[in-house]
Amino acid sequence: MLALGIETSCDETAAAVVDGDRRIRSSVVASQLEHHRPFGGVVPEVAARAHLELLQGLVRRALEEATLGFDDLDLIAATTGPGLIGGVIVGSTLGKALALARGLPFLAVNHLEGHALSPRLSDDVPFPYLLLLVSGGHCQLLAVEGVGRYRRYGTTIDDAAGEAFDKAAKKLGLGFPGGPAIERAAKAGDPKRHPLPRPMIGRPGSDFSFSGLKTAVAHAADAIGRAPTDQEQADLAASFQESVASSLADRTRNALRRFADEFGPGHTLVVAGGVAANTRLRQVLGDLAAREGVRFIAPPLALCTDNAAMIAWAGIERRRLGQEDGLDVAPRPRWPLDAEAPPAPYAGAKA
Amino acid sequence: MPISTSLSDASATVALATLLAPLLRAGDVVALHGELGAGKTFFARAIIHALGGPEEVPSPTFTLVQTYDLAPAPVWHFDLYRLTRPEDAHELGIEDAFAEAISLIEWPERLGALLPAERLDVHLAFGRSENERVVTLSGSPRWEERLKALGLP
Repeated sequence: MLALGIETSCDETAAAVVDGDRRIRSSVVASQLEHHRPFGGVVPEVAARAHLELLQGLVRRALEEATLGFDDLDLIAATTGPGLIGGVIVGSTLGKALALARGLPFLAVNHLEGHALSPRLSDDVPFPYLLLLVSGGHCQLLAVEGVGRYRRYGTTIDDAAGEAFDKAAKKLGLGFPGGPAIERAAKAGDPKRHPLPRPMIGRPGSDFSFSGLKTAVAHAADAIGRAPTDQEQADLAASFQESVASSLADRTRNALRRFADEFGPGHTLVVAGGVAANTRLRQVLGDLAAREGVRFIAPPLALCTDNAAMIAWAGIERRRLGQEDGLDVAPRPRWPLDAEAPPAPYAGAKA
Repeated sequence: MPISTSLSDASATVALATLLAPLLRAGDVVALHGELGAGKTFFARAIIHALGGPEEVPSPTFTLVQTYDLAPAPVWHFDLYRLTRPEDAHELGIEDAFAEAISLIEWPERLGALLPAERLDVHLAFGRSENERVVTLSGSPRWEERLKALGLP
C-alpha cells in the first residue's frame, strides 16, 4: 500500500510517500521559518500563502524522490485539522482534488492522530501505549488504544509547552523559534539560579499549566531592571527549561501509573511533537520511564516535528481498517482526538 | 474618565470580569492590553465563563481565534499576537465578529487603524506583589456611560 501524505496545519509545508511496510519512500518539508523569523512567531496569513506557493512543488518532489507516479498510489491523506484554518484548507483541498482527479480514496487525517500513530511508523510500537504530545499548539497525554481509539488523560489548562518556550524566549530576547533558542542559551546557564515555579507538580491528575511559569519568567526578567547579560539570560533559560521538563515529567508519571492500572505494567511511553526535540526533556523522560519500568521511545526528530510521513502513515492505518472520507469533509480548526474527554478543570485545552 | 483599580489576586480578576460580562452586547469590542503574562487570556476566560461558556477556554495564540456560541451574542476570542499586518485580520472574519458578536481581543494594537474606535479598553499591568494586577478601564463616551453601571470607584 502506498500513500501520499500532505501536512499544512501550521508553519511546515510537507509532503511524503510512505508504504505499508513502514518505509518512508520520501519526506520533504519546506520549513517556512525563513518566512516567519522576522515576525517572532508563525504568521498565519503568511503561512496560508506560503503553503499555497510551496505545496504543489513539494508533492511533485515527494513523488520524484520516491521515484513513483500518481498511478502507483493507493490513497491520498491530508491533514484536515486541527490547526490554522487557512493552511488546513490549502492542504486538504489539494488532497481532495488529487484524490478526485486520480480516483483514489481520500483520508482526512487529524494532525494529532498523525503524531499519535507516528511511533508505529518509526518503531512498530504495539497498542496500547502512552503518548506525551508536546508542541507549540498542543500539550496532552493520551492513552493510544488503537487506530481511532484515544483517551485523553491530561491536557493544558492554559498554554501549550511550546507556546511557553516561544513566549519565554521572546521575553528573554532570545529569538524564534523559542525551543532551540532556550535550549542553546540554557547550556551555559545554572538551572538553580532562579527558583521558578514548577507548575502543577504534586497535584493529582495529568493536566498541565504553563501560563504562570511564563509570568514568572516575565517577572524575573523585569526584576533585572535592564537588558539581561548573556549569563543572566542563560541562567533564566536553564531555570525555565528545568521547570518545564520537571513539570512534564511529574504529569507524565501520574499518567503512567494510571495507564499501568488500566492496561497492566510494562508498556511504552512515547514522546512526540516539536518540544520532544529538547534534550533535557528527553533525558528526564528517559529516567522516568526507567524508574517506572516502561520502554521509552522518542521517534527520530524528523518524525517528531510536523511532517507529512506521519500523515501518510495515519492514512494507511485507517485505510487498512477499510476507512475512507468523503470529499465533502470540512476542515476543522479544532478537532479533539478524544471528544469524550472530561473538560480540564476550570480552564482550557489546546485541541 | 478611566477607571483604575487594583486586583489583589486572580479571584479579584474573575470578580471584575463577572461584573463586566452582563454589560456586553452584540457588536461590542473589548480590547485587552498588557504585556506577556499580564493576564489577558485569564481575563477573557473569566468573561467567557461568566457568560456561561464551556470550562475549556484555550489560549487562542495558536489558532488566533476561538468562537463561543453564547447568549446574548456569540463571543469571538482573538489573540493577534502572531499577526503582523492588520489586513491579515480580515482572513479571520474579524468584520463579522465586529458586526454580530462580542469581540474579546488580545494584542489589539496589531489591528492598527482597523481597531474600532467604539470599544472598551482594558489595560492590565503587573502590581506590587506577584499576583496583583492593576486594571484600567477606559473607552468611548458610550462605554464611559455603561461603565458607570459597574459602580466602581
